[in-house]
Amino acid sequence: MKLSYFAWVRERIGKPEEEIELPAHISTIADLVAWLKGRGEEYAHAFEHAEVVRAAIDRRHVRPDASIAGAREIAFFPPMTGG
Amino acid sequence: MTLSPSEIERYARHLVLREIGGPGQAKLKAARVLVVGAGGLGSPLLQYLAAAGLGTIGLVDDDLVSLSNLQRQVIHGTEDIGKAKTKTAAAALEKLNPHVRFKAHATRLTAENARELVQGYDVVADGSDNFETRYAVSDACFHEGKPLVTAALGTFDGSLTTIRAHERRSDGAWNPTYRCLFPTPPPPGTVPACAEAGILGALAGVVGSLMAIEVIREIVGFGEGLVGRLLMMDAHSMRFETLLYEWDAHNPLTGKE
Repeated sequence: MKLSYFAWVRERIGKPEEEIELPAHISTIADLVAWLKGRGEEYAHAFEHAEVVRAAIDRRHVRPDASIAGAREIAFFPPMTGG
Repeated sequence: MTLSPSEIERYARHLVLREIGGPGQAKLKAARVLVVGAGGLGSPLLQYLAAAGLGTIGLVDDDLVSLSNLQRQVIHGTEDIGKAKTKTAAAALEKLNPHVRFKAHATRLTAENARELVQGYDVVADGSDNFETRYAVSDACFHEGKPLVTAALGTFDGSLTTIRAHERRSDGAWNPTYRCLFPTPPPPGTVPACAEAGILGALAGVVGSLMAIEVIREIVGFGEGLVGRLLMMDAHSMRFETLLYEWDAHNPLTGKE
């Protein structure tokens, strides 16, 4: 699975994208976020306020309870504030 | 709305475009656009809108020009430090294109005054620097039925979308609201502002110019706009991604709950 990160999620994790083998028990975006948060401090920091960070499956925005079955790419993007 | 000979010469490169031409340029001349914020995004946005021949440009900003703004807020100059941004923007736009009518709103846009501010305009473009304003502008545009072009910046990243939440798609479904995309503002203090985090100056130029394209498109009507699509730009790795988003039944404006 390809994971792609934007803005301060990208900065906190420290990379724009990565290929990851996901454990079989992960079925939703919320499961994926919970699992990512356990991968290290940088992930825990990025998803500290998980409800704020939005996800897109194959470039389509989804809610946290969306199933990731069949997904090729998941992007995480947070709201930004600068102008 | 007719163009004078000097306007015809000024806008010649628009007038030869099939997508703009005389009718499109007349629409621009008749249009009134409200720009929220004369910062990094607002600077190139105001410049390109004025150069493009917008009839009326309003600007809401209550800030003064400071030295640390000049690294990216290119509408203001060194001699403008300490002056109101509405004043320096007015002078810059007058120099750029005297045909533009400029309206200064030297105030802070809030949930209380947002609807009144957007009422007198046809399109609103938000380049503000805080979430409070972003939610207030997008709610006001929905209630007043105004198209909104909204963009934001991080250190190396930008985002841009166009909202027409007061209208439905051709299939009858509502267009998405800003709140369909970002339902919850981050808790205060969790997303660092430009002042603390820093920002690549030229990034503001790219995203602010993209905002100008979207505003001009909303007025003239060509091609495919960003309604229901969020453009994400990462200048760190030079990635551009377009993500689709739709109406969400949970949104507080047009939702079912």
